[in-house]
Amino acid sequence: MDQKRKVYADNAATTAVSEEVLQAMLPFYREIYGNPSSLYELGQEAKAPLEQARADVAQCLGAKPNEIYFTSCGSESDNWAIKGAARAQRRKHGKTHIITSAFEHHAVLHTCEALEKDGFTVTYLPVHEDGLVRPEELSEAITEDTALVTIMYANNEIGTIQPIEELGRICKERGVLFHTDAVQAVGNVHIDVKAQNIDMLSLSGHKIHAPKGVGALYIRAGVFIENFMDGGAQERGRRAGTENVAQIVGLATAIKHATETIDQRIARLTPMRDRLIEGLSKIERSRLNGSREHRLPGNVSFCFQGIEGESLLLLLDMHGISGSSGSACTSGSLDPSHVLLSIGLPHEVAHGSLRLSFGDYNTMEDIDYILEVLPGIIERLRNMSPLWDAIRQGKVNYDEFM
Amino acid sequence: MAYSEKVMDHFANPRNVGEMKDFSGVGEVGNPKCGDIMRMYIKVEGDTITDVSFMTFGCGAAIATSSMATELIKGKPISEALKLTNKAVMEALDGLPAVKVHCSVLAEQAIKAAVSDYYTRLGIDPAPIVGEIPECEECGCSV
Repeated sequence: MDQKRKVYADNAATTAVSEEVLQAMLPFYREIYGNPSSLYELGQEAKAPLEQARADVAQCLGAKPNEIYFTSCGSESDNWAIKGAARAQRRKHGKTHIITSAFEHHAVLHTCEALEKDGFTVTYLPVHEDGLVRPEELSEAITEDTALVTIMYANNEIGTIQPIEELGRICKERGVLFHTDAVQAVGNVHIDVKAQNIDMLSLSGHKIHAPKGVGALYIRAGVFIENFMDGGAQERGRRAGTENVAQIVGLATAIKHATETIDQRIARLTPMRDRLIEGLSKIERSRLNGSREHRLPGNVSFCFQGIEGESLLLLLDMHGISGSSGSACTSGSLDPSHVLLSIGLPHEVAHGSLRLSFGDYNTMEDIDYILEVLPGIIERLRNMSPLWDAIRQGKVNYDEFM
Repeated sequence: MAYSEKVMDHFANPRNVGEMKDFSGVGEVGNPKCGDIMRMYIKVEGDTITDVSFMTFGCGAAIATSSMATELIKGKPISEALKLTNKAVMEALDGLPAVKVHCSVLAEQAIKAAVSDYYTRLGIDPAPIVGEIPECEECGCSV
């Protein structure tokens, strides 16, 4: 199986640093290496691009520069926003209730669980079969005690895009802070924090061709949250630590490009996604996970009955295709992904999941290649699967979930 | 998590895979909820396992341990097959990641289940010969 072709179809996991981003970063490692907090020229030479980067990121989100805080990653942004806002709300207003959704990224879910141990109560809104939060259910869940609502913009596994503007409006009307994890949405969805009533927004660099290790948090002016890290005046005194200037510049370069080219990206990726969905739907006893309509342009998530995701990934890898799965074996735990369970799938079906996610470096030829290879791999695994044997003989049936 | 070359070889080129029609005994262990099922067929002549095959729903390690287990018992007397431990399967594969030890336990169970079935079909109580089929400690799923 010495296939030459390589198809990287895991852009939701991470992306390569683009040439443009790399070139933008390089001067800050050996030439403009000064500390932006230093008064002399070398420091100030680093300070100006840092502040330009802040302005650029702000512009991409419809925010003001002083509302952007640079962090080390999306998970840090989520942790800071949620813990910082929840604790500030408790201290100032005595509020101890948080609302989130059942299928958030673990950076949000585990943060909420940590706050539960700290005395907060958390409501996990259902996301239904289509992977979408219902605004009316958010409205019903808000109480006098609600300190914060945090709902992801787009889901990392099944790619569903939430009705963020509507959720934000409800929060605004009810006077509750609204945070969204937009790590997967940036560059794929038009974001405007003001128009969409977003109080806080997390984003990450490495999903959009900036390096790993840099992210940002938007905090609307006037929203008070506790400091993330004490120790210096950086990031308006709220997140200490000498700024990672090179990567911050990389992040800004990446988000500018991602935002400027968003319409082209959507126009290019959507037909690729749709061709793959149509092709995979022809495989017997398969299902698309999550709403087809409210979906990231580069996300395809499927379940195939009778097979297990890890062996599927290994065989795809042998054919040069990189994908991911929410099966228990790939998560390193005994349960399949909480996202797939949250949309009502039984374990037996969720184990057979596959996520393929596409970006700027993929082509329609990649899609054709996947469609050429994948059905044979599934057939091969099904032929040796006693579960598939039982399904075919009608001893077990999961068709109600298809 | 990285698999050894031997695991990848048995995963990519599984030995003795597929359904067997004229089997003497068949055993199935694991369950779909946990994400792995192993079915082992044996053909017995005299006291010897002359042929063996498997079908597995599961991860790479589950398929590789099934494959290796069939190799280790093929042509062997039943008494020897019953002595095969999950450790021996793991060692033959040059080890497994800690989270996959469970798969080797399934392979050991599957052989015992197939032998039990063989004796049951002969009208012989398998319990004194096969003994207890160990429950997998990893998830405690019923066989």
